[in-house]
Amino acid sequence: MESKRSVIITHGLLIVASLIAVYPLISIVLLAVNPSAAAPQGFYIPSAISFTNFENAWTRGDFAQALISSFIVTASVVVLSVVLSTLAGYALGVLRMPLRSVILGLFVLGLVVPYEATVVPIYQTMKQIGLLGNYAAVILPCTAFSVALGTVWMRGYFANLPSSVREAGAIDGANKMQILVWILAPMASPAIGTLATLLFLYTWNEFLLSLVLLAANPAAHTTPLALSFFAGSAYNTSPGDIAAAALMVAAPVLIAYIVAQRKFVSGLLGGAVKE
Amino acid sequence: MTSITDRSIADTPSADVVHGRARTRPQRRVRARRRWDLWGLLFVAPALIVYALFALKPIAETVWYSLFDWDGIGPSTWVGVSNYIQLFQNSEIPSALLHSCVLLVFYSWIPAMIGLVLAGMMTRIRVRWLTGFRAMLFLPQILSSVVVAIAWRGMFDYNGPINTLLRAIGLGSLARPWLGDFDTALPAIGVIGTWVEFGLCMMLFLAGAQRIPRELFEAARIDGAGAVREFFVVTVPSLRSELRVVLLLTTIFALRNFDIIWNTTQGGPGSQTMVPSVYVYQNAFVSHQVGAAAAFAVILTLFILVVVSIVMTALRERKS
Repeated sequence: MESKRSVIITHGLLIVASLIAVYPLISIVLLAVNPSAAAPQGFYIPSAISFTNFENAWTRGDFAQALISSFIVTASVVVLSVVLSTLAGYALGVLRMPLRSVILGLFVLGLVVPYEATVVPIYQTMKQIGLLGNYAAVILPCTAFSVALGTVWMRGYFANLPSSVREAGAIDGANKMQILVWILAPMASPAIGTLATLLFLYTWNEFLLSLVLLAANPAAHTTPLALSFFAGSAYNTSPGDIAAAALMVAAPVLIAYIVAQRKFVSGLLGGAVKE
Repeated sequence: MTSITDRSIADTPSADVVHGRARTRPQRRVRARRRWDLWGLLFVAPALIVYALFALKPIAETVWYSLFDWDGIGPSTWVGVSNYIQLFQNSEIPSALLHSCVLLVFYSWIPAMIGLVLAGMMTRIRVRWLTGFRAMLFLPQILSSVVVAIAWRGMFDYNGPINTLLRAIGLGSLARPWLGDFDTALPAIGVIGTWVEFGLCMMLFLAGAQRIPRELFEAARIDGAGAVREFFVVTVPSLRSELRVVLLLTTIFALRNFDIIWNTTQGGPGSQTMVPSVYVYQNAFVSHQVGAAAAFAVILTLFILVVVSIVMTALRERKS
């Protein structure tokens, strides 16, 4: 059934596709560890490995602070969104309540509408209430959109659970909150974990909101924003420094990806299918 | 989408079971129902309030802003739809939407086709090292778009790998700074999008292809279908819902697309890579024409909704 030729051709194509997928990142790695300041040409292997580019980028781009900022923003958005989405998903998936399809429809709208449709008024609002440059300025709108994805996601999970699970809890005298906290949420932990992974990825990499709402305060710049400014400032930043900075920004996500590859892959695949 | 608004799942019999006692007396049943509703609303409220304040309200405000002439600081003047008329007349909107359509091909259709073909080939054999391939093909998806932009600035550099490759195979006359050239900047941005999306498309199709019953392939082979025919008769029709998902995701990504452009060409050279999202940012935060920025945001959102609904309708799930 498998002809030898199609085995070889398919694997050959897969190898080429994989190389194309990873080469741009490899090219940054090569550039970052290259000791000479001049931009090297084309394909090359550095003759020696040096970390001076990393030192330069680390000290000049203030990436330590950026990593802290990204961590604060991402952790807040993920925790808030997961809690709020689990509650809302439970209500919309399981409980009998008025206006359910209307509310669900509103959340589904949030999956399609881009941040661009909201940034201008959000900027004005944050300016008025004095939150520009404050982490909260990004955390709130980011959570709002994450909650849309999360609610649709968790609602789908809860709606497909057999009702016998909930009934067992109800017979034992548990109220709605107890059923959620002690029975459903533990059961849903794989779905919650996948959702958290997806939201971590989206929030960590979010750029437009940070640019609009945090640019005014350098101390609050998240890593993508710090990197964008570092790479855009022409003065005294060599391609090697920029490459090193890009790697440092990618590192936390890359490490998480290597550690939890399966979770990421199933999250991206599953998240896509859910939408 | 249909399952999301399906009411049947919602009205599960459990409610009656839980309140089985209350059923005997009608008045108490009414009260019990009200309590149900309260719980649900209570649980939805926190998410809905955040969502309403920081997503729905700003969307409405954007529409409102688009009807004013305003620099973001001083007083604003009601101008009705003249922001829109102006943007159409000075051809900013038509050219930006045209660029978006070009990017749609690169970000959505090409990766979908690559993914479909590769996944189709993979259904014919047992793929070795699948986990490894998958890990590599997914890599572009997890990187920050700023990192992606920086990596590709290097790839497209005049002395970068792509030009080096061209010179090595004797096509040195084609070598150029791809992102800075008037003719190639937009397709070059497109190639970045193809690179970001093709692995995801491929994996989504492969996951779907593995669910196709083997008998379908066997039946096609017994009927004398070759690889190509099998692909069009069995694989593609079976992947209808995956195709829908792929086109939906990549379409939204293609039409938004602020990050990559902003960190590579910023809309240039000239206005060759200007798309609605870049206009929104520039008008709002560089040239302080808030009304025009809002009008662009409205157009962008409507455009996304229209394209998405076309895709959804064209690939609607067939009722069995």
